Amino acid sequence: MTSLPQSTRTKLGLVIDLDTCVGCQACATSCKEWNAGGYSAPLTDYDPVGPDPDGVWLNRVHSYEVGEGDVGRTVHFPRSCLHCETPACVTVCPTGASYKRAEDGIVLVDPDKCIGCKLCSWACGYGAREYDYSDGVMKKCTLCVDRIYNETFEPEDRVPACVKACPTGARHFGDFNDPQSNVSKIVAERDGFDLLPGLGFKPTNKYLPPRAKKDATAEPVQTPVSAAIKPSKAEAGTAASKFFAWADRVLSTEPVS
Amino acid sequence: MHPAYSVILFTTASGAGYGLLVWLALSVFFPGYLPAGPVAALVAFGLAFALITVGLISSTLHLGRPERAWRAMSQWRTSWLSREGIMAIATYPVAGVLALAWLQSSLAANGITVVVLATVGCAVTTLWCTGMIYASLPTVRAWNMPLVSPLYVALGLATGGILYNCVGLLLTGRLSQSAALVAIVMIAIAYVMKSSYWHSIDTAERTYTAGSATGLGKFGTVRSLDPPHAKANFVMREMGYEVARKHALKLRSLTRLALFAVPAACLGLAVFTGGGLAIGLACVGVISAAIGVLMERWLFFAEAEHVVVLYYGKQVA
Repeated sequence: MTSLPQSTRTKLGLVIDLDTCVGCQACATSCKEWNAGGYSAPLTDYDPVGPDPDGVWLNRVHSYEVGEGDVGRTVHFPRSCLHCETPACVTVCPTGASYKRAEDGIVLVDPDKCIGCKLCSWACGYGAREYDYSDGVMKKCTLCVDRIYNETFEPEDRVPACVKACPTGARHFGDFNDPQSNVSKIVAERDGFDLLPGLGFKPTNKYLPPRAKKDATAEPVQTPVSAAIKPSKAEAGTAASKFFAWADRVLSTEPVS
Repeated sequence: MHPAYSVILFTTASGAGYGLLVWLALSVFFPGYLPAGPVAALVAFGLAFALITVGLISSTLHLGRPERAWRAMSQWRTSWLSREGIMAIATYPVAGVLALAWLQSSLAANGITVVVLATVGCAVTTLWCTGMIYASLPTVRAWNMPLVSPLYVALGLATGGILYNCVGLLLTGRLSQSAALVAIVMIAIAYVMKSSYWHSIDTAERTYTAGSATGLGKFGTVRSLDPPHAKANFVMREMGYEVARKHALKLRSLTRLALFAVPAACLGLAVFTGGGLAIGLACVGVISAAIGVLMERWLFFAEAEHVVVLYYGKQVA
């Protein structure tokens, strides 16, 4: 059914911290590893070791340069399905293969119903859906629906593979319907934002902005290294210090060619 | 957007087929030109159904799992693609009844008006739904416009009108002056709409930026430093297709010529010439319109830019 649920019991999703993400690609590779054998299997690779490698990935990490000069920075930017509240990828689907679950808001594709028309990938503004050319159906992030409810896992492992893998704690998983959840609190604290809110899809996943940089014009806090290694008064004038001063002069001289 | 040949062939061939059905249906109200009976019914309706069917089969070639195409009928509550599929199939029996009445020369029968109006309604609705598949996507600025669906209807009626006059000429040996005039007017209307569409996609404000796509705009210009993959993936191939601006402008001029100017001129001249020359002119008009509408549809895809390109280094979309 491509009609959207009025509300969902829980609203599961991710918070991605653009301040702490270091662009290591661990979330992308662990996503690929888990999902190549899970709900979305197979996640086909084409020509993986040839000159033109390509394949289906459900999570992609971009790196951007933002701003100029002293305030410029590099920001690593993981991009995957945002499990929107009003996802057009679901409503455009002609077969009912795409659906949004009423129990937790996860957006899924039923691989047995998908006809591979690719219209959902056109409707998504975030490039989150990737077509599997060899499987003939659309693939997307499942929020690791086959991990998060998996009772054979220890409770701390019942999180999406990307969250489990992140070495810097830049990815958080939780229920946005619960105002006391980790994700609700961190979004409120850190001014979490939506991607392309103008499209009107109301993404569930939120992004946290990079923290403000230190003021580049302020006095440096640390003592300069040059000052720190100046010989003390007691040392000045000793034979050793004269030798080092001489050696410093000689070594500092540019060689004459 | 990637211009898929199967989708281009589908929307143009079926578009002309549904347009021709509208012309044939309405001609029932103006007897005295196309003859009733099996020959006209088989040729005219046969052509319309053939174009529609070739288009629909072509559209399934675009699918990853064509054997499941029947599932596309199920989600009419939300999906324009599903609505289009249902209307496309529903048009067959409705227009089929009209074709049967034509075949049996019973076009004056009771209730024929209902069949005619139902055929027109189904064909126009199908064309409208095709346009809405594109017009309903806010992710593609050049498609998410009020003119898109009316254009699909207008171009279907214009190309269908060119075909109708050619078929009429072949069946009767002469052109109906009024039918040719209506077709020329339809071509002119479609031309004005298409020109206005091109003007609006050239001048419309580009509201989405790399800054709003990443949410990083407040820190300054967002430049792509490292893409997530070394080679193009599905998203870039499907949504990142670009046509050079100068080529697009050249193709627009060729489209104006082939889809609008040449067929209209051919029809106008054929009315006054008659005989073999008229048949030649009408055929030139049909061929020119076919080339023109294929270019028009190719451009409709190639010129359309998807917001996802903002993640891959584009600044505005």
